[in-house]
Amino acid sequence: MKIPLIYNLRSLRQRPISTLTTALGMGLVVLVFIAMSALSRGFRAALTETGSGDNVIVLRTGADSELTSGLGRQTASTITSMPFVARGADGRPLASPEVYVLVSLQRLSSGEALVVARGINPEAFQVRKNVSIIAGRMIRPGTSEILIGKSIVDRFANTGIGQTISLANRDWTVVGHFAADGSSFESEIWGENEQFMPAFRGEVFQSLTFRLKDPAAFESVRQTLADDPRLPVDAHREYDFYANQSFQLTQIINIAAIFVAGIMAVGAIFGAINTMYAAVGARAPEIAVLLTLGFRPASVLFSFLFEALVIAFLGGLIGGLFSLPLNGIMTSTTNWQSMSEVAFAFRVTPDLLLRGVVFALVMGFIGGFFPARRAARQPVVEVARQI
Amino acid sequence: MALLEIRNLSKVYQRDSQAIPVFEAINLDIVAGEFLVLMGPSGSGKTTLLNLIAGLDRPTTGQISVSGEDVTEMTNRRLAAWRSRHVGFIFQLYNLLPVLTAYQNVELPLLLTPLSKRERREHVEAALEIVGLSDRGNHFPRQLSGGQEQRVAIARAVVSDPTLILADEPTGDLDAKSADEILTLMQRLNGEFQKTILLVTHDQRAAERGHAIMHLDKGVLTR
Amino acid sequence: MKYVKLVWANLTRSKRRTILTTLSVAAALFLFVSLRSVITTLEDAKQVGSESRMVTRNSISIVFPLPEAYYTWLSAVPGVTSVSWACWFGGIYQDPKNFFPQFAIKADSYLPMYPEMVIPEDQRGQFMAERTAALVGKGLMERFGWRLGQNIQLRSSIYVPEQTWPFTIRAVYTPTDPSFGDELMFIHYEYLYENSGRWATPGWYVLQLDDPARAASVATVIDEHYKNSGASTRTETERAFQTSFITMYGNVGFLLNAIGMAVFFAILLVAANTMMMAARERTSEVAVLKTLGFSDRLLVGLVLAEAAVITVTGGLIGVFGAKLIFEGTEFQGAGFLPGFEVKWGTAVIGLLIAVLLGVVSGLVPAWQAARLPVAHTLRRVA
Repeated sequence: MKIPLIYNLRSLRQRPISTLTTALGMGLVVLVFIAMSALSRGFRAALTETGSGDNVIVLRTGADSELTSGLGRQTASTITSMPFVARGADGRPLASPEVYVLVSLQRLSSGEALVVARGINPEAFQVRKNVSIIAGRMIRPGTSEILIGKSIVDRFANTGIGQTISLANRDWTVVGHFAADGSSFESEIWGENEQFMPAFRGEVFQSLTFRLKDPAAFESVRQTLADDPRLPVDAHREYDFYANQSFQLTQIINIAAIFVAGIMAVGAIFGAINTMYAAVGARAPEIAVLLTLGFRPASVLFSFLFEALVIAFLGGLIGGLFSLPLNGIMTSTTNWQSMSEVAFAFRVTPDLLLRGVVFALVMGFIGGFFPARRAARQPVVEVARQI
Repeated sequence: MALLEIRNLSKVYQRDSQAIPVFEAINLDIVAGEFLVLMGPSGSGKTTLLNLIAGLDRPTTGQISVSGEDVTEMTNRRLAAWRSRHVGFIFQLYNLLPVLTAYQNVELPLLLTPLSKRERREHVEAALEIVGLSDRGNHFPRQLSGGQEQRVAIARAVVSDPTLILADEPTGDLDAKSADEILTLMQRLNGEFQKTILLVTHDQRAAERGHAIMHLDKGVLTR
Repeated sequence: MKYVKLVWANLTRSKRRTILTTLSVAAALFLFVSLRSVITTLEDAKQVGSESRMVTRNSISIVFPLPEAYYTWLSAVPGVTSVSWACWFGGIYQDPKNFFPQFAIKADSYLPMYPEMVIPEDQRGQFMAERTAALVGKGLMERFGWRLGQNIQLRSSIYVPEQTWPFTIRAVYTPTDPSFGDELMFIHYEYLYENSGRWATPGWYVLQLDDPARAASVATVIDEHYKNSGASTRTETERAFQTSFITMYGNVGFLLNAIGMAVFFAILLVAANTMMMAARERTSEVAVLKTLGFSDRLLVGLVLAEAAVITVTGGLIGVFGAKLIFEGTEFQGAGFLPGFEVKWGTAVIGLLIAVLLGVVSGLVPAWQAARLPVAHTLRRVA
C-alpha cells in the first residue's frame, strides 16, 4: 500500500527553493546546537582528560579545590611512603606533591586571566597523565626556570623559550613548553616546588597526587587516609576530582544550548509547517488522484511525513557539515569553580553529529505532521469536483 | 444481473446551512460490456453521480451495487481497496503525477496489489501497448502532448483490469484531433477488450461513440 | 491609507501561515534580544565601580592576601581620604548550588565608602553592634525567603572548613544602581579573624580618593612603595578592577554575536520563504491588478508592506515578550548577570532588525510582482 518514495523525492526537487530554504533554516538550528554542545564537551574533555582513574589526589580536609588546600611537608612525605603508593621502575614512589597558585597575567588579546602556576618535582611527569615536553628542555633544579603549557604559549606575553616572565617579584626564564593531551595542564605554568614555595605561599604544598599500586583499592585507601589522625586530608580519585570541576560551567553551557537551540527550533518548525502546507495545497489534485486510485489516507500521511523528514535530514546534514570546521578551534575561559583559566577546543564528535541529525528529524516530524494529516484527510470529492 | 445497479439514489449537498439537492430517486442499470454516455448541462450532477458510483462520495439515500457488491455499505477503508480493483477513473485535467514518468504513473494502481515487480512490468507494458505509447514510457507528463497525457491516463485506468471504467469529460481539454484519438481508443477498449464504460461528456460527437446516451437534467435521468 | 484593506486581506488569506511566520520572527527576536542583553549587562558590569575609589591587591593575583599592617601607611598616602579592607569568605549556604558572594569587611571604614548600599539607620546600627551580624542584599532576602533576625549557617571552603559559621541577619541593603548587585552578603572581618585562629588577612584594600584625577599617581606611589616588600601590590581604580573580572569570562561577546547572526539568517530564510510561497499563489491576481492600473511601484510597496507587517508584529512580540519575561521574573543569571535588563536601546535595535528582515524577505517576491508579464499570466487565468 506504499506510495513510491521516488514521488516524494522528485516532488522536493520540483520546488528547490522552498526545500532548500527550509532545510537551511533547520541546518542553522542544528549548527548552533552542535556548536554549543561542542563547546561544552570540549570544556569537559579538557578537564576529564586531566585526571587519571589510577591516581589519587590528596587535599586538605574540606578543601573543594587545589587553591584553598594546604598540606605540610610532613604530611606529604608520610603519605608518599605509604604502601599503597605505586613505585616507578627506579623504585621511587610515584607521588607528586605540588604547589598550586593563581597568577594574574594579561592576555595578548584582551583582558586579564588567572593562570595556574604549579610547583612540581620531576615525579610529576610520571604521575600526572600524558604530560611531555614538546619544545625546549626540562627545568634544572635550583633555578628560576619554568615550563609553559601549550595553550598558554602565544596567548600571553613573554612565553617563548628564552623569554622571561615576572611573577611575585622574581624573574623566571622559560626553558620549555609542554603538552598534556588537551587537558587543563596545558593551560598552566610549571616550576620547581622548592622555588615556588618561598616565592608564593611558603612551606606548604597544595596537593599530593600519587599512583595507586592497586587501582581497585581506592575505597580502602581513602578510608585509611580519612581514619589517620595525623593526616588532616581528604583523598579523591583524580579523574572524579577534575571531572567535578567541570560540572558547573558545563551545566551552564548545556542549559544555554538547549534554550537557544530550542527557541530557534520553534522558528524552524513553523517554517517547515508552512512549507509543507504549501506543498500539500499545491498538490491537492495529485493527492486526489492517489486517493481515487485507492491508496489509503494513512499512506498519504506517511508519504508527506516522509517528505518533511527528508527536508529535515538534509538540514541535519547541512548543519553537521558546517559544524565540522569548528572542531579543534581553541578558546578559553575562566572556570569559576577553580577560578583558573582553562583553554579548550570545540569538540565535534560523531555522536554529536548524530544527535544533530536526530534533532533535525524531530523538528521535521513535528513540522510535517499536521500538513501530512491534512493531506490524508483531504476530502477527495471536493477536489475531484474541482478537477 | 446487471453489472451496475442503482436504486433510488439521491444526493443532497450541505453548504453551510443550505441544503442543495442534486438529484432524487435515480434508477439505473448498466450491463457488462456496455458503453454508456451521460450528458447534461453544467451543474446537473453528472460528476456527482460518477463520484458516487466510484465510491468517492456517499449518497443521501439509495443503493449502488457493482457486481453484486453494495458499495454504499462499505467502510472507507474497504472502499479504497475496492476502488483500486474495480474502478478505473479518467479525469478531465491533472490526471498524472507530474514528477513520475508515464510508466510510473501507469504502474501506480498496481502498487496496491501483491504483484511482483516483473508481473507489474508485464501489465504496464501491455497497457501502454494498448494505448499506443510503448515508446514513451520514460517520458514525463510535461514532455507529452495533451492527447498523449490522456492516453497514459487511460492506460492507467485499464492496467489493473477493472470492472468498470468511469470517464469524466476526458476530451474536454483537448483539441479535435486528440479528442478523436481518445474516443477511438475508448471504443476499442469497449469493443475489443469488452470494458464496461460510463462516459460523461458535453461533446455531442463523443456521445455518438457510445452504445446509448442518457441525459441528466434538473435531477432527472432519462434515456 | 486606502490600501490597508488590501494588505490586510492578503495577510488573512492564510491565517495559519501568517501567524506561524509572525511567531517565528517573534521567537528569533526574543532570542536576539536575550543574547544582546547578556552582552549589554556584562558591558554595564564593567562600568560598576566608582572612579574615585581604588583597589589595592597583591600583585601576583587576587588570591594572595595583603598584610593588615599596610593599613597604616596606606591611610597616610596623599590624596587618600579613607582606607578599608575586605576579603572573600568563600562560603557555602546549604548547597554549593546556592552560590552567592560573601565578603568579610572592616565595616566601620568600609560602609561609609559605599553610599551605593542604602541601609536603614536602625539596621545599620544593629549590624555594627554585633560581631556575628550579617548585612545582606535585598535580592538574597527574596531568593531564600530570609527574615531580619534570622540565623543562618555557612561553611567556608577557605577558613576552617571543618566547622560551620553561624550568622544573624541584622541589616538589608538596597543598591542604588542595579548593576551593583543585590545578592551580596557582608560580615565582620573581626569575627573572621578571631574565629580562624587569627589566620585571616585582608584580601584587598579599598581606598577613597579626594580627587579621581589623581588615581594614576596614587597608584604609582603605592605600588612603588611596596614593590620590593614581602607582598608587592597592584593598585588600580575600582572600575578597572571590576572590568578585569568581567574579562575573565573570555570572548563571550564574540560567541553570542555569532549565535545571533545564525538566528538572524535562519529566520530570514523562514520569512523569505513564506513571502515567496504566498506570492506564488497570487500571480494571477497580481496580473489582474496590473490590468486595473496598479503601478509596479505600488505593487512592490504592497508586497513589502505585507512582509513588514509580519516581521514588525513578530518583532514587537519577541522584543517585548523578552522584556516582560526577564523583568517579570527578575532574571539575574543566578547572580552572574546582576542588573540584567532588556534596554530600550536593545529593543530599538531589535525592531530595526525586524524591519530590515521584512524588507529583505519581501524583496524577491516584490521584484517578481513588478516584473510579471501581464498577458502571459492572464492567459493562464482565463
